[in-house]
Amino acid sequence: MSHLLEVKNLDVKFDTDEGRITAVENISLSVDQGEVLGIVGESGSGKSVTAKSIMKLNPGNTSYNEDAEIILDNENVLQFTSKQDLKKIRGGKVSMIFQEPMASFAPAIKIGAQMVEQLLIHKNINKDEAKSISINMLKRVGIADAEKRFNQYAFELSGGMRQRAMIAMALSTMPKLLLADEPTTALDVTIQAQVINLIKDIIKEYQMGVIFITHDLGVIAQVADHVAVMYLGSVVEKGPVNEILKNPKHPYTKGLLQALPDINNLDAPLSPIPGNIPSPLDRPTGCVFRTRCPHHNPEGKDGKIEMKLIEVETGHWVDQCGIKCGQNG
Amino acid sequence: MGDNLISVNNVSVNFDYQENFISKKQKIHAVNNINIKIKKGSFFGLVGESGSGKTTLGRAILGANKISSGNVIFHDDERDYDLTDMNKQDLKEYRKKAQLIFQDPYAALSPRMTVRDIIAEPLEVMKITNSREETDERVRDIAAKCRLNIEHLRRFPHAFSGGQRQRISIARALVSNPKFIVADESVAALDVSIQADILNLLKQLQSELNLTYLFISHDLSVVAHVCDVVAVMYLGHIVEMGPSRELFKNPKHSYTKALLSSIPSIDPEKRSEAIELKGEIPSALNPPPGCVFRTRCPNPGVDCKGGEINMGLTEVEPGHWVDQCCVI
Ligand SMILES: Nc1ncnc2c1ncn2[C@@H]1O[C@H](COP(=O)(O)OP(=O)(O)OP(=O)(O)O)[C@@H](O)[C@H]1O
Ligand SMILES: Nc1ncnc2c1ncn2[C@@H]1O[C@H](COP(=O)(O)OP(=O)(O)OP(=O)(O)O)[C@@H](O)[C@H]1O
Ligand code: SF4
Ligand code: SF4
Ligand SMILES: [Mg+2]
Ligand SMILES: [Mg+2]
Repeated sequence: MSHLLEVKNLDVKFDTDEGRITAVENISLSVDQGEVLGIVGESGSGKSVTAKSIMKLNPGNTSYNEDAEIILDNENVLQFTSKQDLKKIRGGKVSMIFQEPMASFAPAIKIGAQMVEQLLIHKNINKDEAKSISINMLKRVGIADAEKRFNQYAFELSGGMRQRAMIAMALSTMPKLLLADEPTTALDVTIQAQVINLIKDIIKEYQMGVIFITHDLGVIAQVADHVAVMYLGSVVEKGPVNEILKNPKHPYTKGLLQALPDINNLDAPLSPIPGNIPSPLDRPTGCVFRTRCPHHNPEGKDGKIEMKLIEVETGHWVDQCGIKCGQNG
Repeated sequence: MGDNLISVNNVSVNFDYQENFISKKQKIHAVNNINIKIKKGSFFGLVGESGSGKTTLGRAILGANKISSGNVIFHDDERDYDLTDMNKQDLKEYRKKAQLIFQDPYAALSPRMTVRDIIAEPLEVMKITNSREETDERVRDIAAKCRLNIEHLRRFPHAFSGGQRQRISIARALVSNPKFIVADESVAALDVSIQADILNLLKQLQSELNLTYLFISHDLSVVAHVCDVVAVMYLGHIVEMGPSRELFKNPKHSYTKALLSSIPSIDPEKRSEAIELKGEIPSALNPPPGCVFRTRCPNPGVDCKGGEINMGLTEVEPGHWVDQCCVI
C-alpha cells in the first residue's frame, strides 16, 4: 500500500545575510491514513520548516534539493507551481493548525466569515451550506453557543476556545492530512488535555493522517503512533512510539528522556545534555550531535561518520553512528 | 518565626479595570487573602494556570505591586521589614536583598550592553560598590559561580544561547548578594536539554549562597523536582499547599488532582488518564462566589453548588493545607 504522505531525502536550505543555512537535511518520513506521526525536537531542529515544506509555505529564500520528493496522494508537491495545484496543499488536501491561533485568524474578520470563505475556495458548495458546515464543526470541537461564536472575532475568544475554533477551521474542509504545529504548547495543562482528546477523537472519526509537532515528549507519548526525533535538521531516530520512548537507541533521544523531569520518579536526578545546541551556521559535519554526545568514539567525534538511518528492529530506525558510537562508548 | 524568611499575611491584590472611559470601574481580584510562610533556605514553589495570580503575588512580595490589603514581612537577621510600611531607605535595603530572575532570557537582557555591564548594573544602580575594581571583582566572582567564562564578560548577549543567557540573568540577580529570589518561569523558555542544567545551577547556588527561592512555574514536573514546599493557585486563591512530595503523592483538592492528572505521561501505555475539566478558568473580574473552582469541579458536593462555602485553608496533615470546602 502506498503511503498518504511520503517525504524522501528532503533538504531545506535558506539563504541569509550570514550565509546559507541548512535547516533540514536528508529527512525521509511517511504518514498513513488514520495515523499520527509525531515529530519531536528542540527549538530550531527543523520541525516547522519540514511541515511548511509539505504546504510549500517556506519563504522566497528557500531552496530544496533536486532529488527530494514530497509525495502526497501520488503527486510530488515540490513540483507544484500552479495556483490550482497549490490550492490542493493549502487548505484542500492539507490543513495546518499553528501554535499561536491568533496567527491564523485575520483579526478584523469574523471567525465564521473566514471559515465560510475557506470552504467556498476549496469546496463546490454554496454559502448556506458552508455556514452550516462551519457551525456544525464549531459544535463538534466543543464550542458552546456555536452560532454566536460564528459571528465573533478571534480576539473575543479565550485561548482554549480560539484553539478549538482553529481546529474547527482546519478540519472543516476535511483534509486528508492535518499538520498540527505545537497546537497545545501555548495552552494550560488542563486545557491541553481537552484539546489533545479532541484531536484524537477527530482523527479517529475522520481517519485523516496527522503530523503532530511538539517539543514535549509527554504529548508525543499521548498522541503519536510513530515518532521522528529531530536534532539540528536531521532525523536521528524514528519508529513506533513505544519503541522510541521505551527502547531509545540514539544518544540524543536517551539524553532527552533523561533530561525530562518525570513526576513519577522524583528521585531521579535531572541530567542535562552537556553543552549548547550549535547555531545552524555552525552545523557540525558528520554526526550533528557529536558536539554534545557523551560517548567518545573518535571517528564520530571527528565528524568522519556520515549520518545514515539503519533499521535496528522492525520499523525502528536509528542513525548508524548512534549505534556505532553507542557500542564503543 | 525564627526560621521563616517571608511571611505573607492575608494579602490581596486588586487592580482597577475599566473597559473604556464611559464604562463602570471594576476590580480584578488577582490575588485573594493569601497566607504563606517561606522558610529560610527553602525552595518554595507556586504553581497554577495562566492568570491564577502567581506573578502578581511574586511581585507583591518583592514590593513591586501595590498590596491592597494584608501585609508581607521580610524577616532579616537583624530586623523585620513590613513591606506595606517602608520608608525609602528600607525599600532600598530591601531591593538589595530580594531579587527577581526574569522569565525570558531573550527579552530581559539589553542587546547593547556587554555581559559584564549587564551583571554590574544592579551594583551601580544601588551604589553597592565603591570602585570599578570592586565591581569587577564581584561580577567575576558571581559569573564564575554561574559557570560563565571570564571571556564571556566582554561579549554581547546576542552571542549566547538560551541557557547561557539565563545564566547571565541569574548572575545579574545574584550580584547584589540577595537572600531571597523570585524566579518567575525562569526555565519556561528553555529547551529540555538545557532546562535541567539551569535547575541544577539554581539548586547548587541555593546551598552555596544560602538563598531562599520563590519558584513560580506552570510546569508541575519541574516544581515537583526542585521545590520542597508547593502552593497551588487557582483564580487568585491558594487551594492547596504542602511539602512537595506529600502534595504530589497525596493531593486532596479536586483542582490539584485534575492538574496532576493532566500532565501528559511519557509512558505511551498510560494514555488518557486525565480528569477532564469542563470549560475554562472564569474571569478574575467576577470570580464565582464561594469555592472559586466550582464552575469546573468534576465532583462538586451538594453544598458547593450554591456558593455558600467560603474559601479558607485547613491543615489536614502537618504542613499540608487544603481549602476547607473540599475537606468536608
Ligand atoms: N525563513 C527562514 N530564513 C532563514 N532561516 C530560517 C527560516 N525559517 C527557519 N529558519 C531556520 O531554520 C531552522 C529550523 O527552524 P524551524 O522553525 O523549523 O525550527 P523548529 O524545530 O520548528 O523550532 P521551534 O521549536 O523553535 O519552533 C532554525 O535554525 C531557523 O532559524
Ligand atoms: N497590572 C495589571 N493590571 C490589571 N490586571 C492585571 C495586572 N497584572 C495582572 N493582572 C490580572 O491579574 C490576574 C493574575 O495575573 P498574573 O499575571 O499574576 O497571573 P499568572 O498566574 O502569573 O499567569 P501566567 O501563568 O500567565 O504568567 C489576571 O487576571 C491578570 O489579567
Ligand atoms: S555518532 Fe558518535 S557522536 Fe554521534 S551520536 Fe553517535 S556516538 Fe554520539
Ligand atoms: S468545594 Fe466543592 S466545588 Fe469546590 S473544589 Fe471542593 S468539591 Fe469542588
Ligand atoms: Mg516550530
Ligand atoms: Mg505570570
